Parts: sequence; C-alpha cells; structure tokens
Amino acid sequence: MSDAAKSRPSLTELAFTFNHISLASFGGGLSAWSREVVVVEKKWMSEEEFLSILTMCRILPGANQVNVAIFVGAKFLGLPGAGAAVFGLTFLPAVLILLLGAAYFQYSHLPALQDALKGAAAGAIALTLSMAFKTGRKCLLGAVPWILFAVTFFLNGILRWPLFGVLALTAPLALLWAWPKAK
Amino acid sequence: MKDDGLNLIHVLILFSSLSLLSIGGGNTVIPEMHRKAVESYSWMNGKQFADLFAISQAAPGPSILLVTLIGYKAAGITGAVLATLAMILPAGILVYLVSRLWSRSADSPLRSAIERGFAPLTVGLVLASGWVMSKSADHDWRAWLLTGACTLLCTTTKTNPILIVGGAALIGWLGWL
Repeated sequence: MSDAAKSRPSLTELAFTFNHISLASFGGGLSAWSREVVVVEKKWMSEEEFLSILTMCRILPGANQVNVAIFVGAKFLGLPGAGAAVFGLTFLPAVLILLLGAAYFQYSHLPALQDALKGAAAGAIALTLSMAFKTGRKCLLGAVPWILFAVTFFLNGILRWPLFGVLALTAPLALLWAWPKAK
Repeated sequence: MKDDGLNLIHVLILFSSLSLLSIGGGNTVIPEMHRKAVESYSWMNGKQFADLFAISQAAPGPSILLVTLIGYKAAGITGAVLATLAMILPAGILVYLVSRLWSRSADSPLRSAIERGFAPLTVGLVLASGWVMSKSADHDWRAWLLTGACTLLCTTTKTNPILIVGGAALIGWLGWL
C-alpha cells in the first residue's frame, strides 16, 4: 500500500508517538516535530508523502496537526488508528492547558512562565525554519521546484496573501509540472 | 446552573460549525471565535482572550486547544471537553474520509503529482510560517539572535530538538530575552 511503511505500528504505539510529538512541541513548531518523528525517526512516511499531506491538511478544514495525525493514523490502522493518533496528540496537552488556564484565571498572569515560553517560542521558530531548510535541501532539486518554492514563500510570507490565494496560483502549476509523463 | 446549560449549547453550536469552517487551519477562525466569545456571549474580555491565545500558542500540543480554554471559561470542565470534541470531530471525520481516498489512490497520477508537486509549495509555506511567526511575536534582536543560533544548531547538527527548545526556554526563564 505504501512505499515508506516499514512495519505497521500498534494503536498504543500511534497514541504514544503522537503524545510524544505533542508534548515535545512547547513553544510551537508542531509541524517540525511531526516531521522529525514520523519521517526521520519512525520512517512511517517518505519525505514527499509527508510534505504533500501537510499541505493537503492545511487546505482541509480542521487544525493542521490534528489532520496530520488522522492521515498518519488512518494510513496504518484505519479509523481506530486515526482515533488513537488524535487522542495521543490532544489528551495530555488538553489536560495541561486546562491547568495553565485555571492558573491563569486564578492569578490573572503567569510571569515566570511567560518568560520561559517566550524563549521556547524563539527556539520553536528555529525548528520551523530549520525544517524548511532540511526539507528544501531534499526537495528543491532543479529550477522549477525552486521557483514554485520561492513564489509560494513570497506570496504567503512577504505579501501575506491568504493560503487559498497562494495555492490557487501555485498548486495548478505544481501539479502540471509534476504530472507523470505517459509511460 | 441554567446559564451553564445554555452556555454548553452555545459552545457546541459555535465550535462544531467553526470546525467545518476552519479551512486553512484553526487559526483562520480565531477572529470569529473572538467575536463570539468576547462580544456575543461575554464569556471573557479581550485581554483574557489574547492571553489565552498566547498560552495556546506556546503550550505543548496543537494550538487549536485554545477552544478547550474558551469552553472551560464558558462552562467549566464539561464545556472544555465539549468544545474540544466539537472542534475536532466534524472536520476530523471529513479529513478521515479524504485520507481513505488518498490511501486508495496510491497508483493514480493525481496522487503522484500531488506528492511531487506539493513538496516545494510546502517548503515555501513552512518557511513563510516560520518567518511570519518570528515577525509577529515581539521578536527583538535578542530573540532573533536566539532563533538564528537555534536554527543553525538544528540545521547543521543532530542535536536533539528538545534540548534546543529547552535551552531557549531556560534562556527566556533567566530573563535574558
């Protein structure tokens, strides 16, 4: 069924893996963490499959990382797999954020924590930037991918076009370029 | 008690509809969440909403857990659970169906075109989100320096990312940012 699937994980392994991804992502950078674990560590997906799913998950409704968990979980174990991955991704972080939220409403601010989170955010942004560099080294081979990449970054990052405007322009060009030649 | 019951219904309706409207990711419906939670239902004030947003961005896990906090403020723990499920399930079911189509189409030309063609777009979007995040947070030159050093470390070495983010958090906690 799939190229990079080494061995099929169990429901527990899916839940634990996504829990691990989720808890590691304090400060943000969840996409980078998913890639680190799903592609690099577990080799559950190839780089290209993961990246293409990431963009599909941004197009579809729902939180991007929840959607990624659904795709990964369902790939191996169908609906129970998707459920296990989403449960792992959200359960403990939801408990944790409730504790933080309760503390916030109790004391109305979280001073020491805010400083730490600011640092963590600076680090997490670094993970995201470095994910772009690492995947770029592998995927941006040739002039066309470079142009597609640069236009997407420029429109979305610099001009701040909304996702759909950007993809309406770049996705058809990307598909046209990547469409398999008749055998 | 009566208010809680009414709030639960509002929570359910609000987040299950936002779930399907959150095309492009959870962040796209945050203005609408703000409008309803602060202006329509008065569950909290604008400052509280902004603070909860900051907590949900920085806390581990998907940032959509902002809805857990809003649900909690609106109707306690039950509200928190309900908001989370309402936000995840409708879109989740749709995404699950799409993922089934995806895995069944392993040999289709469309799938291989998406896999090959979307990769460069994704790299562009990921770089854009890192760029936008670093510009939006109150990122001064010290935070930029830290981000730059961490990026270099993470790109060129095999340092465990948890050490990088943990170290950055420590630097923040010590008040150096």
